[in-house]
Amino acid sequence: MTVFNESWEAVIGLEIHVQLATNSKLFSGASTNFGALPNTQACNIDLAMPGVLPVLNEEVLKMAVKLGKALNANINSPTSFARKNYFYPDLPKGYQISQMDKPIVEDGFLDIELEDGSSKRIGITRAHLEEDAGKSLHEDFEGKSGIDLNRSGTPLIEIVSEPEINSPEEAVAYLKSIHSIIRYLEISDGNMAEGSMRCDANVSVRKVGSEELGTRTETKNVNSFRFVEKAIQYEIERQISEIESGNTITQETRLYDSQVNTTRPMRTKEYANDYRYFPEPDLLPVVLEDSFIEKTLEQMPEMPNEKKLRFVNEYDLSEYDASLLAADRDLANYFEEVTGESKSAKLSANWIMGELSAELNKENLHILNSKISAKQLGQLINRIEDSTISGKIAKDVFEKMWSSGNEVDDIIEKEGMQQVTDLSEIESMVSKVIDENPDQLKQYLSGKDRLFGFFVGQVMKESQGKANPAQVNEILKEKLKE
Amino acid sequence: MKLHELSLKEQLNGLKEGSFSSTELTQHYLDRISSFDKSLNSFITVTEELALEQAKESDKRYKSNKALPLDGIPIAHKDIFCTEDILTTCGSKMLSNFKAPYSSTVVNNLSSDGVVVLGKTNMDEFAMGSSNETSFFGPVKNPWNKEYVPGGSSGGSAACVSAQLASAATATDTGGSIRQPAALCGLTGIKPTYGRVSRYGMIAFASSLDQGGVLARSAEDSAILLESMSGHDPKDSTSLNEDVPNFLGNIDSPIKGMKIGLPKEFFEKDLPNHVESSTKEAIETYKNLGAEIHEISLPNVDLSLPVYYIIAPAECSANLSRYDGVRYGYRCEDPKDIEDLYMRTREEGFGSEVKRRILIGTYALSAGYYDAYYLKAQKCRRLVANDFTEAFKSVDLILSPTTPDTSFKAGEKSDDPIEMYLQDIFTIPANLAGLPGISFPCGNHEGLPLGVQLVGNSLKEAQLFQAAHQFQEATDWHKNLPEVK
Repeated sequence: MTVFNESWEAVIGLEIHVQLATNSKLFSGASTNFGALPNTQACNIDLAMPGVLPVLNEEVLKMAVKLGKALNANINSPTSFARKNYFYPDLPKGYQISQMDKPIVEDGFLDIELEDGSSKRIGITRAHLEEDAGKSLHEDFEGKSGIDLNRSGTPLIEIVSEPEINSPEEAVAYLKSIHSIIRYLEISDGNMAEGSMRCDANVSVRKVGSEELGTRTETKNVNSFRFVEKAIQYEIERQISEIESGNTITQETRLYDSQVNTTRPMRTKEYANDYRYFPEPDLLPVVLEDSFIEKTLEQMPEMPNEKKLRFVNEYDLSEYDASLLAADRDLANYFEEVTGESKSAKLSANWIMGELSAELNKENLHILNSKISAKQLGQLINRIEDSTISGKIAKDVFEKMWSSGNEVDDIIEKEGMQQVTDLSEIESMVSKVIDENPDQLKQYLSGKDRLFGFFVGQVMKESQGKANPAQVNEILKEKLKE
Repeated sequence: MKLHELSLKEQLNGLKEGSFSSTELTQHYLDRISSFDKSLNSFITVTEELALEQAKESDKRYKSNKALPLDGIPIAHKDIFCTEDILTTCGSKMLSNFKAPYSSTVVNNLSSDGVVVLGKTNMDEFAMGSSNETSFFGPVKNPWNKEYVPGGSSGGSAACVSAQLASAATATDTGGSIRQPAALCGLTGIKPTYGRVSRYGMIAFASSLDQGGVLARSAEDSAILLESMSGHDPKDSTSLNEDVPNFLGNIDSPIKGMKIGLPKEFFEKDLPNHVESSTKEAIETYKNLGAEIHEISLPNVDLSLPVYYIIAPAECSANLSRYDGVRYGYRCEDPKDIEDLYMRTREEGFGSEVKRRILIGTYALSAGYYDAYYLKAQKCRRLVANDFTEAFKSVDLILSPTTPDTSFKAGEKSDDPIEMYLQDIFTIPANLAGLPGISFPCGNHEGLPLGVQLVGNSLKEAQLFQAAHQFQEATDWHKNLPEVK
């Protein structure tokens, strides 16, 4: 928990824009693929040719209904669209089709988990559908601007929270939770760097105990979890120091500059004040039949919180482990696949969150691109469980699997890494170690029990780590008694 | 009889029987256009080459017995309908260089039924006007008397059909833009139920009011053309998912017992004698045809004009935002920055009536005024619509004059927008309620035609055609055509 001057409290509300992963645009049949050549994915409708009309892509309704359910919210039916009017070169119609009075999702909440293990409920005011604008390209054009309308008309859902977030950490926890939900629902890839998830933060501060809200600012252009945290942190500190030095906060839109970690006011020209919203006459209000909603909800996957609870109950994992694994749908699937192969949930969880995560982080890979498949990791764990290799040797095997991609058993065999479980072989190694260390033996026998560990270590060294440690212990105990 | 004197239906029969070819018919109209349209100015673009090509194709189909329902009939499109690779200006400097990259559904529907396209007709800029004087391409003259206006905004379509420069024409009606010019030019014009004809590719003025329709010489001809234009279009979300009936189906059935309502609010108005007498005469004709005449009330109908002049400008203010000089159309010279590009492009590209309405609409939607204007107008619109719903519980059709008077002289009202807006006082209510309305000739005063309007219940176009056709079987007003020199 970040501590500011103790007498201040931050009040934060987030507006999260999520690009919906439909094949075609919100109101046209043009493709939504990212990265195509400029203006190759803009049809007459996206270009706002005279006479064109919008037709709603029904796929977004299903996505919004699922999101509404995951956010414990009401689904409005009928839901209606409105025009938001402003002039900008990358907004071809001169208005954006959005939702005003009857957003498709309204009045929900999300329980987020905080670092200290406690949970907090954040209210969701609404989530509404709208079309994205194109992009203005200011580089590469001497004295002019280029317009790329490929993104124009891409479906967005904007999730608006209540101002019930009180710290940068809570904001990030909330954002991550939304990220996890949209990924679970497969309604967006949630890629913040590519802009498929964008976050604007409304921040104000007030004296602790005050009922009245302070003047808020809206910070835009924050494109990673870390930047959200830093931008909010900066903005809170800025506002406190402004007020404490006798200044007032101006209600304004600010841009976050990650290079220097500050926020600065947008030029007022960059946004209009009066959007003159009115009902979109080209689209009738959309009625969502009960049967449509039911059918859509049947396709709902198990959500992160449900999965976490199941992991605790079914696999006996700790709350912490379960929640880490459940946060990412792909990671959770990987875990269940490993467990299915190995039958040891605890070991599977440990290996995934230990060795595997470390390697993935090191190479900045997502679990889907892991160099060791879930099945392979399960097999490795099986070899530990059936005593073919020790846990320590397993780490070497893991590294070899990661770098070579070879199968567990091939590596063990080729490298001769099998655990030695032959009693007579261990006995002879134990005898050898005792014989070679008469001084230590004398000390041990005279009561220096701690030296037992020394003998174990020597035997393991003798076996190049392959001796079964339990057997070594047992045999050593007996031999030392003699 | 000369080819242009034949009705559309007679021309279809002639083509089928091989009395003449589509090429002959098309060439005949093209010749008339080049002889007479210089003074009328009803066309912005004449597509001579395309028309002759289409006519040739049509003749081939007749020869091989593969004729389409409207094969070879030369018509004109209001220049509000996008036509692929053909200039589509909407009567504005803003689109004076705009060749549409696609065709509207209306154009496609008619083309796939075999019509020949003679060209694109003049109109008030972005369909805003009642006299066809706001066009960037100059005013259109009324063929009955060239000192007079043809009405608007579909003035070019009305003038060219009235002057027999085309067999019929497409048109659009947001507040009366089909019916008023029909009345002023002695034609039959129908605005169907909102959603009956697709708006896809029809350049938007006020989306919730705009509706495509027809200007023709008779109810029968209108029915033939409208049937081809109509139908559900998945590209228009407000298009009605309703089957299109055979509009000619019961056109010959007598209308005995049909109940016609006369809204007292309309007849209480101080109308010129010739309007009152010709309307009374029309009512007498209906009585003689066996219709029952009832006085009815539309208590909120007087709200229509003010409501319309909030809603239509509000919608237009957003619909016309796309004309910004960035992607297509007119762009000002040497803009110094984006602000300058917007300001000068729109200042120079739009005419004054369009600017007036954009300003009114922008104001009506502004924060602090929205509730008082736009929201209240929407509520009043509902009241007007409810009046019709009530009225249609007791009558089948509602009759009134189409316009407050015959045509007026060019320039007479162009400096007085309120006086101009009053032209649509009888026609606007049907747009607000989304109902079908038809205007047809019922008289003539000092050489200028007069029209009567029937408004029907939702989707009752067939009944309107039947009532209008029966009237035209009993009278000759629609056969009266101006002599064009």
